[in-house]
Amino acid sequence: MKILKSLMVTAAVAVALMANAAHAENKKIALVVKALGIGFFEAANKGAQEAAKELGDVEVIYTGPTSTTAEGQIEVINSLIAQKVDAIAVSANDTDALVPALKKAMDRGIKVISWDSGVAKEGRLMHLNPSSSPLIGNMIIKLAADNLPEGGDVAVLSASATATNQNTWIAEMKKVQGNYKGINVVTTVYGDDLADKSYRETQGLIQSYPNLKAIIAPTSVGIVAAAQAVTDAGKIGQINVTGLGLPSEMAGHVKSGASKSFAIWNPIDLGYSATMIAYDLIGGAEAKPGAELKMGRMGTVKLDDNNEGAMADPFVYDASNVEDFAKIF
Amino acid sequence: MTDAHLSPRNIPDRLQGRGARILKSWESLLLVVAIAIFLGNSLASPYFLDPWNLSDATFNFTEKAMIAFAMALVIISGEIDLSVASIIALASTAMGYAVQLGVDTPALVAIGLGVGLICGMVNGLLITGLGLPSIVVTIGTMSLFRGLSFIVLGDQAFTGYPESFAWFGQGYFWWVFSFEFTLFVLLAVIYGVLLHKTNFGRAVYAIGNNQTAALFSGVRVARVKFILFLLTGLMAGLASICLTSRLGSTRPSIALGWELEVVTMVVLGGVNILGGSGTIPGVVLAALIMGMVTFGFGLLNVPGIVMSIFIGLLLISVIALPILWQRARRRLAH
Repeated sequence: MKILKSLMVTAAVAVALMANAAHAENKKIALVVKALGIGFFEAANKGAQEAAKELGDVEVIYTGPTSTTAEGQIEVINSLIAQKVDAIAVSANDTDALVPALKKAMDRGIKVISWDSGVAKEGRLMHLNPSSSPLIGNMIIKLAADNLPEGGDVAVLSASATATNQNTWIAEMKKVQGNYKGINVVTTVYGDDLADKSYRETQGLIQSYPNLKAIIAPTSVGIVAAAQAVTDAGKIGQINVTGLGLPSEMAGHVKSGASKSFAIWNPIDLGYSATMIAYDLIGGAEAKPGAELKMGRMGTVKLDDNNEGAMADPFVYDASNVEDFAKIF
Repeated sequence: MTDAHLSPRNIPDRLQGRGARILKSWESLLLVVAIAIFLGNSLASPYFLDPWNLSDATFNFTEKAMIAFAMALVIISGEIDLSVASIIALASTAMGYAVQLGVDTPALVAIGLGVGLICGMVNGLLITGLGLPSIVVTIGTMSLFRGLSFIVLGDQAFTGYPESFAWFGQGYFWWVFSFEFTLFVLLAVIYGVLLHKTNFGRAVYAIGNNQTAALFSGVRVARVKFILFLLTGLMAGLASICLTSRLGSTRPSIALGWELEVVTMVVLGGVNILGGSGTIPGVVLAALIMGMVTFGFGLLNVPGIVMSIFIGLLLISVIALPILWQRARRRLAH
């Protein structure tokens, strides 16, 4: 013990100066994810690497804990602070528990942003949301309208009646409904994010509205169940199922034609944009309400009062790309 | 030695000399491993040998090590306590609840330690009072304590701990020595003395080696065991204060899976999982090794799963080495 300790202290003091002097030329941006080995985050890393290649003088460190715990992420963050990275972009396992560790990082001059899953305001400079409620609300009705040039009846299959996310998106959708001429939203039903209930509610819609042309399901459970119900009722080609879903679960239904297209955020773009924003902040850009930060090919992000910003419209998946993304998430 | 003429015959009280015993001990093997890892880390990353970085690294193990000291005693006595991580969660939840009622730091510390003690008491009573096997009881209370925490919190979190509370997990005692690390050193000394220099410590070894013989020799087995479970509860409460303070928030998933990491630390430290032997210096070294491996690999951005594999291999090889060594020597002797 004694020997180890004295060795630790003397050696530490001696080499500390050398370590400080050694400085890498590349800017180091750490992409910290909830846990390694998750397809969604591997895709985000792909985007981050793309951004690094484009920027040239950036090295992306892709890291994260083995399981989705806050304690594990803190250990990772501590080792990144020690490596004196220039920026940390984190998708957090816990909104609050990471704050002290990230504050320490910011105290030592590291630019900290959160993306995908956010950190409380005091623990980051800005948070990048994949999209925003108005953009999502607009996208889900646009997806239905794009395949209905002559207009027609459209129904909404939501999650539960109290689901905050879905209710906000549907409210935003109704705000912009006037922009899509001829689209008539006949009703909203609730499948409670249960596969069997969503399936039965869809059957009900098909029987009640014989002129139904499209079903919008802004929930990943609902959209799959609705597509299955439409397939089983032999209505492929007559009723188009769209909304928000996961490529891996929807690939089959896109192939069969039950769903012509659907949307969800693109993790590649998300990792790309987070890296670009981190780079912009390292370069001296300031994250404050109203500021616009650069995201390379994704344009710019404007920050709101909470220093949060929305990246883009949800990304549209159709027969041309769903197979590739189905392998990712 | 000067008055050797008083005793004509020198009867040795141990089979080997003190020096030889220390040299061949588990602890010296661990020390060699620790030094090797330390040197390896220093060569592999330019950031390792930095006082502040090393200080940050200690947070990887200090909380777990606090519990590991008490756990070492429990395991030496032939029992085990798997509920420690859940006690952390319950104690943290109780403190978080108290914060919502406007309770201040000193009372929060009392609540954290108190809940730990009560949980330890529940374990102790079930094990010594009803004579149930500790592994069964603590698997039960592991679910029970964390379950209570889940009932209170669900998917919510308690935040808003007072500023002064942050000191326990984020404060520094002197220069780079954090409060947690100082506490770790202090507890190492306390538990070292308790196990190696007191009657209580001898009783713990006696129970672990042969419980019946210990009982007939006048050792109050039930009382000693009860105290051991109180101690692990108390240490889990203490670790809960430190971890909660470090995170600044409470979620029911706090310290998930730590019971196995604590047991790993104890076993790596040379404590016989079947009871009867083990030392506190060994546990201290094991804590340092696990902390350095995690931090060193983190600096190289090695994925966490590789770290787990390394710790697993280390555990197996450190346990297997002395056995292989003995076999080799026996073969050479023949």
